[in-house]
Amino acid sequence: MAKKTRNIYKHLVFVVCLMPLAWLIFAILLDTIYQTQLMSVDPVQKFDRELGDWALIFIILSLSIRPIAELIKKKELIIYRKIFGLFGFFYVCLHLIAYTGLNLQFNMAGLLDDISKRNYITIGIIGFGLLIPMAATSSKKVIKYIGGRLWKKIHSLIYIISLLGVFHFFMMTRADFTRPTVYLIIILILLLYRLATKSKILGQRPLLRK
Amino acid sequence: MLIKFSKKYDTKPSEITSENNFLTRRRFIQSSLISGASLLSPLGVFAGQPTNNIFSNIKKMSFGANEKLTSFKGITNYNNFYEFGTGKTDPAQYSHLLKTEPWTVEIMGMAKKTGKFSISDLIKPSELEERIYRLRCVEAWSMVIPWVGVPLSSIIKRFEPNSKAKYIAFETLVDKKQMPGQNSKFIDWPYIEGLRMDEAMNPLSILAIGLYGKPMPNQNGAPIRLVVPWKYGFKSIKSIVKISFVENEPKTTWNQLAPREYGFYSNVNPNRDHPRWSQKEERRITGESGLGALFTPKIKTEYLNGYAEEVAHLYKGMDLKQFF
Repeated sequence: MAKKTRNIYKHLVFVVCLMPLAWLIFAILLDTIYQTQLMSVDPVQKFDRELGDWALIFIILSLSIRPIAELIKKKELIIYRKIFGLFGFFYVCLHLIAYTGLNLQFNMAGLLDDISKRNYITIGIIGFGLLIPMAATSSKKVIKYIGGRLWKKIHSLIYIISLLGVFHFFMMTRADFTRPTVYLIIILILLLYRLATKSKILGQRPLLRK
Repeated sequence: MLIKFSKKYDTKPSEITSENNFLTRRRFIQSSLISGASLLSPLGVFAGQPTNNIFSNIKKMSFGANEKLTSFKGITNYNNFYEFGTGKTDPAQYSHLLKTEPWTVEIMGMAKKTGKFSISDLIKPSELEERIYRLRCVEAWSMVIPWVGVPLSSIIKRFEPNSKAKYIAFETLVDKKQMPGQNSKFIDWPYIEGLRMDEAMNPLSILAIGLYGKPMPNQNGAPIRLVVPWKYGFKSIKSIVKISFVENEPKTTWNQLAPREYGFYSNVNPNRDHPRWSQKEERRITGESGLGALFTPKIKTEYLNGYAEEVAHLYKGMDLKQFF
């Protein structure tokens, strides 16, 4: 594919990744103007849940890019792994901001209480903490600086992070575990695939080797 | 310096009824008087009147009467009623499947009189009352709802429970066709709730058959539901088909599902956190949507939901952190 077309696709994907946020903002504004209930009469909860859900979706998307690229033999797709991953981080940040700002209304003592007392929030915060070094080492410059090996190590954290994220989701659910179950199954399949390719059960694919 | 110590039951400025709500209430009372004159039955709706008819002769009670009501739209579009699905809007979407006429409630157990009764058999001998109550959900949101109902005690007395009746248990209808949420095996249907007898006899406990002067909307537990405002919302069981007087503490649904999280008593208690979230504060759902609702300041949750004066004596000598 020509570099130019690839760039257009990249920008397009970037815009699409912003759509969930755009929709949430659009919906809350419509609700404000027309008193519709797109974000329900409890939008605080809705923002929390929606942002958390999109964070997990983008992390899973990011995780699935490599297997997809390998399976359909399209090496160039790998750039989307980074885009989706960074958007995952972006939505995790928004999720945390929404929880702290809208739900706790910046009651920082309440946040510390939550982090120390409530396992699912502890797990969520650890996941967030582990995402920071990944996001910080995502630019080409930094990769060159720290070297591919260390970069690889840091970025294999994503499997732990995605599991932490999905457990966080499981543990806060009061009823209907369908969604977290689906996410967990997808993550486990991706993880197994990765382990299998690594141990050459499925044969090493030369995709990422220079 | 002037320091004002506000009492627990003082009305906060934010809770004072808006003029619009006040006027609506006047109109509602006037129109109910008019319709009352034109109906022979005190319960027009059960005489086969269209469902938009309003009750007559509702006695007004003062509990929380000065608080700003959650809008009808809010009350009917944000519900936890898992019989219709676990989403907050599932009940509004699917509860039209529920057929509330005819409806019978079976009274059984340790009482002199038992048997099956229609709603009007149950309700008619008692005077209908409007009770404006706060409803505090265990999920840390709350509403203010103008219920229409009768004191539970007035109904219990008529069935003359005997001295063995230490508890009262309630059951919701089971019918997968009318309640599609019951296809989920997450809960072992029927939904069961219960009270200690003295709790049930407390004047605050009511059986409600309507809200906002209208017959109970299906998504809110038509045709008849319990309302115990000092307990978390899930105790106020909906669409009741069975009431039994029993000797032992009933095995209530949420308590059985997660005993560490939901106790039998489940009294509103800001000092006892749910293991997964704080119960110190609550989001008041006004029915408004949009940015107004997004930035509504949280309010402090009151011990026993602000009804300590009426019910605290029931728990004298009990450690409510242990018996949560």
